[in-house]
Amino acid sequence: MEWETVIGLETHAQLSTVSKIFSGASTAFGAAPNTQACGVDIALPGVLPVINRGAVERAIRFGLAANGKRADNICRRSVFARKNYFYPDLPKGYQISQYELPIVSGGSVSIVTRSGEKIIRLTRAHLEEDAGKSLHEDFQGMSGIDLNRAGTPLLEIVSEPDMRSAEEAVAYAKALHALVRWIGICDGNMQEGSFRCDANVSVRRPGGPLGTRREIKNLNSFRFLQQAIEYEVQWQIDVIEGGGTIGQATVLFDADSGKTREMRSKEDAHDYRYFPDPDLLPLEVSDVWIDEVRAAIGELPGERKKRFQESMALSEYDAGVLTNDRETGDYFEGVIGASLASGEARDRADFKLCANWVINEVLAKRNADNLPPWQFAVSDDTLGYMLGLLRNGDISARTTKDLFAEFWEASRAKKFSVQGGSKSMVDELIASRGLKQVSDTAEIESIIDQVLLANPKSVEEFRAGREKAFNALVGQAMKATKGKGNPATINGILRRRLGA
Amino acid sequence: MPLSPDEVRRIALLARIELSEPEIAAAQGQLNAIFGLIEKLQAADTRGVAPMSHAGDASARLREDQVLESDQRERFQSVAPHVERGLYLVPRVIE
Repeated sequence: MEWETVIGLETHAQLSTVSKIFSGASTAFGAAPNTQACGVDIALPGVLPVINRGAVERAIRFGLAANGKRADNICRRSVFARKNYFYPDLPKGYQISQYELPIVSGGSVSIVTRSGEKIIRLTRAHLEEDAGKSLHEDFQGMSGIDLNRAGTPLLEIVSEPDMRSAEEAVAYAKALHALVRWIGICDGNMQEGSFRCDANVSVRRPGGPLGTRREIKNLNSFRFLQQAIEYEVQWQIDVIEGGGTIGQATVLFDADSGKTREMRSKEDAHDYRYFPDPDLLPLEVSDVWIDEVRAAIGELPGERKKRFQESMALSEYDAGVLTNDRETGDYFEGVIGASLASGEARDRADFKLCANWVINEVLAKRNADNLPPWQFAVSDDTLGYMLGLLRNGDISARTTKDLFAEFWEASRAKKFSVQGGSKSMVDELIASRGLKQVSDTAEIESIIDQVLLANPKSVEEFRAGREKAFNALVGQAMKATKGKGNPATINGILRRRLGA
Repeated sequence: MPLSPDEVRRIALLARIELSEPEIAAAQGQLNAIFGLIEKLQAADTRGVAPMSHAGDASARLREDQVLESDQRERFQSVAPHVERGLYLVPRVIE
């Protein structure tokens, strides 16, 4: 039987403010327990929340970025509400969130999968505070509570149920992750929990009414997101085909077994009894403020991709890879700048050369070494300089690859005084190892004269139509230049001299 | 819409309040009286009136994103019933 999967994602992005959403306590990660939990965060009697402008500004930035910089999805007057439930890591007994009037309503994120581009619509994005952390290790049969995280600002981004496969869900999560990092509202560190997803999953007959969904909580890696959805979909299909029905439930994914399992329900968990928080007045956002935020956003991933395609004639694929994250795009542009430092005219081949190098060499190495997007062991300046030399024929493609690999490894091993290497280091290495190619036409012409004189047999064979003889002559010329002759120059001159 | 004793029990559970049977009966009467008031309010014609989310006719004041609080853990934890290695200890909760 045929089944269609329907997936919607709720993503919590931790906003990159230095202080909490309703208090002046620090949000820095990794502090000793409860040293960054002030009276507001631990809910001492009599304290009052005051909204952090930085958190609101980041929510506006997201709303604009997910809506082609238009502001019709930003609520000029949004309201904070109390979401009531009892858990020891939530000292107030309620979480301050937004319910009926969130700051962002609507927007979209574009994803690319094997089947092409697709638009995933956003339902909303609202501001809320994070809870603390419960540690269930043994504390004499008790649980330990660390409230450092309590009150950390979150933007909960809710998608429409527009995804039809685990692959699409992962593509969406990755695109959203890239976007929040691109606009600088979230550091995207998934190990530290700065970006985590809940997946609402159901199955149905194609075109039929929606099935009952189960919510998989707290997926903090793209791989777990994929595995959890794939397992859950198959589980639901098996249940239905076995004659059972799906009950609405919250489930957890166990990474060790690769299975999802139902959470014991705390209470009727959905009875949160939301109501507007009387401690907080409505949040107003002026058009002037929105305009200021818009002006500061800069180029968005889609805009940059389009620019790479249009002004550099890159393919959609190349432009897409180079704008997956902001750092890669910046690096690529840095490489181009450095490869053409002398202000020469740029042409399509230059852009393509730099794009190929960044994609095939640099990103391959960055991925193989499992480095974060902002870490490039060879700087854009250094690589650009090497590519400039390559383009001028000063070094061969082989030499460039070897040099790059050597620089990358040395830099990774922290053998460089200048992080990422430098132009003078490239120059020194080329000089000390004699890697410079001979491209000087006069010099090569005289070498070829000698080669032709010394190898009359090969010349004759070539004239008799044997192409192999030509290669033999090129080989002799390369040998005479001690392997430093520019192959393209040698080829050209040889053909001309042989009248071919 | 009067509340049943079961609904009162459920509300008590959500609020984590333990009520004895006589207290349930008393709370039922009080809550139903409140519902009576709400019914009167709901009978008012509010067409054309913008929903109000706060009694104050103003908007929120915002604070700048700055760290202003210092570590006061010791003071806070001096009144906590159980503390270990900087953590507040609570009766075990595990899902």
